[in-house]
Amino acid sequence: MSEITLQDDAVIAHGHAGEFEAPLFGAYSKKVGMWLFLASDSLTFGALLFAFSYNRIYTSWPTPFGKDSIINATVMTACLLSSSLTMVMAVFAAQRHDRAWTRNWLLATMAFGTGFIVLHGMEWTKLIHEGLSLPGFPKPAGQLESEYAHISSGVPQFAATFFGLTAMHMLHVTIGVIYLGVVALRKLFLPILGALWLVGFLLIPADNVFHYGIHALLIGLIISSVILFLKPKDYDAHDVEVSGLYWHFVDLVWMFIFPLVYLMSTKI
Amino acid sequence: MHDVATHDDSKGQYFWVWGALLVLTAVEVWLGYRQIFEPVHMLEVLLVLSVIKSVLIIAYFMHLKFEKAIMRWLLVISVTGCFVIMYFFFFPDADRILKLGVR
Repeated sequence: MSEITLQDDAVIAHGHAGEFEAPLFGAYSKKVGMWLFLASDSLTFGALLFAFSYNRIYTSWPTPFGKDSIINATVMTACLLSSSLTMVMAVFAAQRHDRAWTRNWLLATMAFGTGFIVLHGMEWTKLIHEGLSLPGFPKPAGQLESEYAHISSGVPQFAATFFGLTAMHMLHVTIGVIYLGVVALRKLFLPILGALWLVGFLLIPADNVFHYGIHALLIGLIISSVILFLKPKDYDAHDVEVSGLYWHFVDLVWMFIFPLVYLMSTKI
Repeated sequence: MHDVATHDDSKGQYFWVWGALLVLTAVEVWLGYRQIFEPVHMLEVLLVLSVIKSVLIIAYFMHLKFEKAIMRWLLVISVTGCFVIMYFFFFPDADRILKLGVR
């Protein structure tokens, strides 16, 4: 079926046979659908942030994040904010029907998003290596007496909320990068995603959590393949704008996670 | 008919919004290091700054400012309402568990 947009006469002209109902919100259905999804997803993060805030206020909360962690998280924040700007540029390029620059800006957005994921992965690896772990998970040898090991056993809510919130967000960023890759490159993105998964799986050491976490790319590859082969369409300005809504939401959520999780636990 | 957000707005304002978001982030980091407030007040201040940043992102980057009023208000009121309900249920309930004790 060909893509039907609100620009089609069949949508705009009313009172004719075969007409479509006028949209309630004055926007095409994909955009309304994405807004509704984002509204529901914001409640998921809202519940997690409320739980974090309660624990932060009413428990003896540790403040272990040193200068390195805060600088790292600040750079990650700058990456996400900059990615939102490049995403806006991609939407503008799509509206001009400038396919080359739409792809370029989307790739720039993906690059910032990938930078965020890599920096966050390094941060996780460092913290886990220094002894921060969830209850029941093994602690690295030689770190049983470290500050983070004491925090993990004394205030288990710290590791639980930190890993819970940031993992949920990192998953959203990963999905966002894959989503943008599909919109920007379509089927060409599939072998790239497959190669990234394979290289990541082979290069990341087996004792690193991301040795298994990288399988998120494989799941993304399978889902993207099904979508692209079932509906091999050429993505238009609407799709770029809707994917942009998702990406900005990912940025928006981090604007709450960064100050609450990192800045409220700063070591002075 | 409102199609793709084809409002006549300049790209310059998006750079200003981006700059404002970076400045607000820098203020947050500065506050985090200075720790001039008690944790509860610090949480409130950081949340206010985060809400300002999120309003900028939603209004400009997500273009909600340029959508129809019915869509704008319906989304804002419903999501805000849900958060308010969460606040009035989660915190007192968590307090109740602490005071009663969990067996």
